[in-house]
Amino acid sequence: MAMLTMREAISQALWEEMERDRRVFIMGEEVGVWGGTYAVTKGFYDHFGAERVRDTPIAEGVIVGAANGAALAGLRPVAELMTINFAFLAMDQIVNHSAKLGPMFGGQMSVPIVIRAVSGGGRQLGATHSQTPDVVFAHFPGLNVIAPGTPADAKGLLKAAIRSGEPTMFIEHATLYQARGEVPEGDYTEPIGVSKIQRPGGDVTIISYSKMLQVSLQAADKLAKEGIEAEVVDLRTLRPLDMGPILESFRKTNRAVIAEEGWLSYGIGAEVSARLYEQAFDHVDAPIRRVGQKEVALPYNRRLEQMAMPQEADVIAAVKAVL
Amino acid sequence: MDKTELLRMYREMVVVRRLEERSAELYQQGKIGGFLHLYIGQEAVCTGLIAARRPEDRVITAYRDHGVAISCGIPAREVMAELLGKVTGCSKGMGGSMHLADVERNFWGGHAIVGAHLPLAAGMALADQMQGQAAVTICMFGDGATNIGYFHESLNLSMVWKLPVLWVCENNMYGMGTAVERASAVGEIRQKAAGYGMPSERVEGKDVLEVRRAAEQALERVRGQGPFLLEVATYRFRGHSMGDPERYRTSDEIKKWQEDDPIGIFRQHLIEGKTAKAAELDALDVSAAEEVEDAIRFAEESPEPGPELVFPDLQAQVR
Repeated sequence: MAMLTMREAISQALWEEMERDRRVFIMGEEVGVWGGTYAVTKGFYDHFGAERVRDTPIAEGVIVGAANGAALAGLRPVAELMTINFAFLAMDQIVNHSAKLGPMFGGQMSVPIVIRAVSGGGRQLGATHSQTPDVVFAHFPGLNVIAPGTPADAKGLLKAAIRSGEPTMFIEHATLYQARGEVPEGDYTEPIGVSKIQRPGGDVTIISYSKMLQVSLQAADKLAKEGIEAEVVDLRTLRPLDMGPILESFRKTNRAVIAEEGWLSYGIGAEVSARLYEQAFDHVDAPIRRVGQKEVALPYNRRLEQMAMPQEADVIAAVKAVL
Repeated sequence: MDKTELLRMYREMVVVRRLEERSAELYQQGKIGGFLHLYIGQEAVCTGLIAARRPEDRVITAYRDHGVAISCGIPAREVMAELLGKVTGCSKGMGGSMHLADVERNFWGGHAIVGAHLPLAAGMALADQMQGQAAVTICMFGDGATNIGYFHESLNLSMVWKLPVLWVCENNMYGMGTAVERASAVGEIRQKAAGYGMPSERVEGKDVLEVRRAAEQALERVRGQGPFLLEVATYRFRGHSMGDPERYRTSDEIKKWQEDDPIGIFRQHLIEGKTAKAAELDALDVSAAEEVEDAIRFAEESPEPGPELVFPDLQAQVR
């Protein structure tokens, strides 16, 4: 095991897949000469060349659209969107094309595209650059949506996504790139559509993913000092959503908190809690609680931005409320 | 061009016309669902254009796609079965009128979001370029698609990367019911190519041989030097889709264009040039009509697609 940052883990996954498969290539804004705005593709341009590390115009519709086309024609494009907020400019390509061309033509086409997008708030970038709209993409059948919370999962899941041959949104959190974690040596993949218990505990189930997974794990450590053992389940994949470990944990603890960074309305917590009520109603010992962003446009001012975003203290308070 | 090829083109145009006329009837009988956009009046475009391609050249178009599908070699049976939503349709009954495709014949659809298939064309051409293929991607779209961002993003990218794409605008004078001059800052779509330093040509779309000549030249140019915009001036005799009240044009205007019927023009050309006798062409008309009737029979007798085509995936997704 090596200690890597999230950035290093994602970078390694891309590098190794490009070495493994000639069909894999990267396209997006500033991925080449610049080295990626989050430095994920630093050094790629010099090693793989301009042909396979393609700087594009600032035009998200054609970035995802041309990547869809290249995927149709047999390549394995990894299209990078500088932030997920720009994905709205490519929404038609993602929703109406990446996710639909396979089934709509009776299975004769496939779209093996991976769209990497950087999500999340907390960097004082103002309302249009700070959203966490991950759940929006998980609404559509036909699109896998992956959002890892640890470096090991990021590497293994990105490799799996590239090899899957299926259209995938791979969502990275802007403030997780420096997060460190143990990453297995050598080539490995993690299964898509399988959630995972990241911390065992018997008193309460916290369900989370991406940045809020890290926040939830910190909250769990603090709760442990008060004698409360939280089990933390990491969704890892928003679609397909794997309820297995969640149900198993909930049937043991009978209490659940769902923590996400996005707005609560129609969100991850809404979906997971609905399924818990549907599938494990007899185990509900307390109303399931949700933690998420306040329903406002994120302000620039640091104090107000943090007030609007879900915090460790919110997770702790929610856990105490369900106990 | 030899007589066999000229007569093949003539017959193909008649098959398209006949297929569209019969589709309109089947739609009115409720046998075809959804939207139905007829190609009647534009047959010289698909026939002339696709006749110029090599087998490795990809074709992609918008939702007015029945004629293009026939020109790409999809049997009328499979087109008609798709219109009727049958499993024997070229898209297994999953796509319908607007989403015909046959990847084996290098026809990549039938796309119904205006302008959205232009980036797909750029990407397919990119894949061919990166893999050292000599193929050209022929991307057809209407005049309406040239006012949306996709058009500009895609033409720009194709020039920046010198992608082997032949952009073909079928300018039929109306985007749905809005005349070109009411929606586009320039009346000649070819002018838009200048913004990207892209060469262009405008040709008369009622003359199948003129379309073919222009397409051959343009394809040659794309193979050597990169993208080209070919504007084909044409006219659809029917409404935008079935149920179009056609308040935006007069019946006199339609009548005037119908006098310039591309099939009639070609027929006259073949007879006057002594390529064929009227009786020969009449026989082709009959055989084209028979092919379409056979296609309808085939489609009507074909089974519906079973739920297993859709739901295994869905179950895996929902879990």
